[in-house]
Amino acid sequence: MVNKMQKQKIADWGNYPVVEAETVRFNQAEQLRVALGEPGEVIAYGNGRSYGDASLQKRVIMTRSFRSFLSFDSASGVVCCESGALLAELLEAFVPRGWFLPVSPGTKFVTLGGAVAADIHGKNHHGEGSFGAHVVSLEVMRADGSIVRCSREEYPEFFALTIGGMGLSGVILNVTLQLKAIESAWVRQQTIRASRLSELMDAFESFDEWTYSVAWVDTLAGGDALGRGMLMRGEHATVEQVQGHSTFSAASQRKLNVPFFLPNGLLNRGTMMAFNSVYYHQNQKPVKERLVHYESFFYPLDAIGNWNRIYGRRGFMQYQFVLPRVTGRVAVEAILKKIQASGLGSFLAVLKLFGEQESFISFPMAGYTLALDFPVCFEVFKLMKELDAMVADWGGRLYLAKDARMDEAMFAKTYPHADDFREAIALLNGGSTRFSSLLSNRLGIT
Amino acid sequence: MERILIIGATSDMGQAFAQACALQGSSIMLAARNGDVLDRMAKDLRARTQVAVSTHAFDALDMEQHEVFYQDLPERPDGVICFVGLLGDAAACQQSFEVARRVLDTNLTGVVSILDLVANEFEKRGRGWIVGVSSVAGDRGRAPRYHYGCAKAGLNAYLSGLRQRLFKSGVFVMNVKPGYCRTKMVAGWNLPNTMTSEPEEVARVILKGIHRKQETLYVRWMWRWIMWLIRVLPECIFKRLKI
Ligand SMILES: Cc1cc2nc3c(=O)[nH]c(=O)nc-3n(C[C@H](O)[C@H](O)[C@H](O)COP(=O)(O)OP(=O)(O)OC[C@H]3O[C@@H](n4cnc5c(N)ncnc54)[C@H](O)[C@@H]3O)c2cc1C
Ligand SMILES: NC(=O)c1ccc[n+]([C@@H]2O[C@H](COP(=O)([O-])OP(=O)(O)OC[C@H]3O[C@@H](n4cnc5c(N)ncnc54)[C@H](OP(=O)(O)O)[C@@H]3O)[C@@H](O)[C@H]2O)c1
Repeated sequence: MVNKMQKQKIADWGNYPVVEAETVRFNQAEQLRVALGEPGEVIAYGNGRSYGDASLQKRVIMTRSFRSFLSFDSASGVVCCESGALLAELLEAFVPRGWFLPVSPGTKFVTLGGAVAADIHGKNHHGEGSFGAHVVSLEVMRADGSIVRCSREEYPEFFALTIGGMGLSGVILNVTLQLKAIESAWVRQQTIRASRLSELMDAFESFDEWTYSVAWVDTLAGGDALGRGMLMRGEHATVEQVQGHSTFSAASQRKLNVPFFLPNGLLNRGTMMAFNSVYYHQNQKPVKERLVHYESFFYPLDAIGNWNRIYGRRGFMQYQFVLPRVTGRVAVEAILKKIQASGLGSFLAVLKLFGEQESFISFPMAGYTLALDFPVCFEVFKLMKELDAMVADWGGRLYLAKDARMDEAMFAKTYPHADDFREAIALLNGGSTRFSSLLSNRLGIT
Repeated sequence: MERILIIGATSDMGQAFAQACALQGSSIMLAARNGDVLDRMAKDLRARTQVAVSTHAFDALDMEQHEVFYQDLPERPDGVICFVGLLGDAAACQQSFEVARRVLDTNLTGVVSILDLVANEFEKRGRGWIVGVSSVAGDRGRAPRYHYGCAKAGLNAYLSGLRQRLFKSGVFVMNVKPGYCRTKMVAGWNLPNTMTSEPEEVARVILKGIHRKQETLYVRWMWRWIMWLIRVLPECIFKRLKI
């Protein structure tokens, strides 16, 4: 594989926006250095699982072929891989040997580079922090082709800037990561039905000792049932708990696929309401416990390939915000009401309570985060703009990895280190090759 | 635990196949001409899995060395697969026999040279599997790249003959015709998505095929029918077509 220049249409997961870009592939650092020798604006593209425009630019560096595993220490569980390796590949290799990802997003089809650059969070954020907390060290190629090896000890500022830095400090070449020991591939899952928002939030706050927790919210239910939903908690099962199952068996390979874009508008209020109602009522008992495979606990959506196509070719957007714990209760309720009043429903709504996080530019902070999906249409932009004002007023912010539309002022107002981040990136971008994305241009970072 | 010898291991398909085999617990012998890439692959497989991995220099064109290469392997393989192939520049093949010969030797003579050694051993031993990676291009000679096509056609005939010969010894022979696959061989080509496979997919399909003892494998199903159509077209029509 030599760096072949190709023009093609690319997009991230929401299929909005779609842009024509020159793509460069590489599978050796030297090839990347040559590609970076060409002046202009460029950004790394991992597996395109961010929703908006974080990995889009007129010229993008595709990292997916740069995916060798470099080392693994089976005593400590520390692994070093090139950045294009997918989390799915780590699971495939290490779950059978008793190691798990320290942090899992809702899909395993994310590259290591993307996981670091967005400093992703999982269902265990309240206890174990974000992905970056488990990164031991990184090697990053800067725009001038030099390689910086950084960690909490070596070039700590550069390290902090790269974790959550959305690819703007350079191309992450390899990631050294601390994995987490597990006894089985199974998860003890408890599902709790909550008939309104306050019940859901009580459940979150009273059960911090569970390693994993996340809730699905029915955004279409109103009145007394506003914010009803289902809380899911989980714990890696021990060897004793999985008796009868083979400890590290792989999940079944069966996979559905959405082969093409479905018509725009298929997913409308009516179909979503029907689905949500069925989903909510499937759980007859208020509390249910069972043993499930990690695939179905962590990655239920991965069982349907290209599910983003159900939104149609026009695409969809995710709106994910976090609000401080103190204002969260009132604010989430107000936001749900606002969405209902707008008449636009969100099919998937996921709620989670984050723990404390100290970081330079990452998204998470202690409080409630809610992620909502909306098909792209004119009214949605208007609604989101109104939600922005509410989120900002209550001291919250939006997740850059999900964003395709917030404006510069919103970013500056809600990210406490926005100015410092912009200055640092400007300093790094001194040469003729510069890292920038459509996202960073829009937010005035570059 | 199976021991698998992968010849032409540094091909994109070979790399994906090696990974799939290692993940299912087979020990792997990697043979190819590019030592640096082989070392990188071995390191990767050793980090991903706990299987034994060794690397070996192999040049399909250096046929005199094939016997030594094969005898010097650290273990006797249970299965052998060969990914070696060279598409070559079609125009250059037409102009220079030197170039054409390189295409013929890489795709056919060199492969026959090594697989004959494997076949003799497996026949004596009475078990094992041999997989040759040929191409749909060998199903009927066509104006673009018929040097490549004729070598692959030769390989098809070779594998079919080998299968008949080894059948009674219990040795299984498979012929893989990948159709389009996104690898460095076709980098930069504009290929139709539905007809183009990924190397990982090829690896998966081959492993499944070995398990099910499929003799001729088209990676994506439509290729079997497309090639059937191309084969049955009468010559008087075929020669006028641009396909
Ligand atoms: C179904 C689904 C569920 C999700 N669930 C979660 C979740 O629970 N929690 C969560 O935090 N996120 C979640 N996400 C978002 C996803 O984890 C992030 O957007 C992640 O960054 C995507 O990684 P990627 O490899 O696809 O990178 P891309 O989307 O291609 O890129 C994302 C960012 O990383 C940068 N980048 C990628 N590779 C490199 C590199 N090698 N060097 C430097 N920069 C790089 C890009 O420039 C870009 O800024 C989810 C996404 C989907 C589709
Ligand atoms: N890609 C397709 O669409 C397609 C379609 C039909 C059939 N095929 C066949 O599939 C097989 C694998 O190809 P691929 O697509 O994975 O492409 P590839 O990566 O280019 O693989 C070809 C391999 O052959 C090796 N090779 C060439 N000459 C050699 C020699 N003299 N000695 C040893 N090895 C030599 C190359 O070695 P280096 O790595 O050192 O270069 C390379 O690894 C080939 O037989 C090809 O003909 C491919």
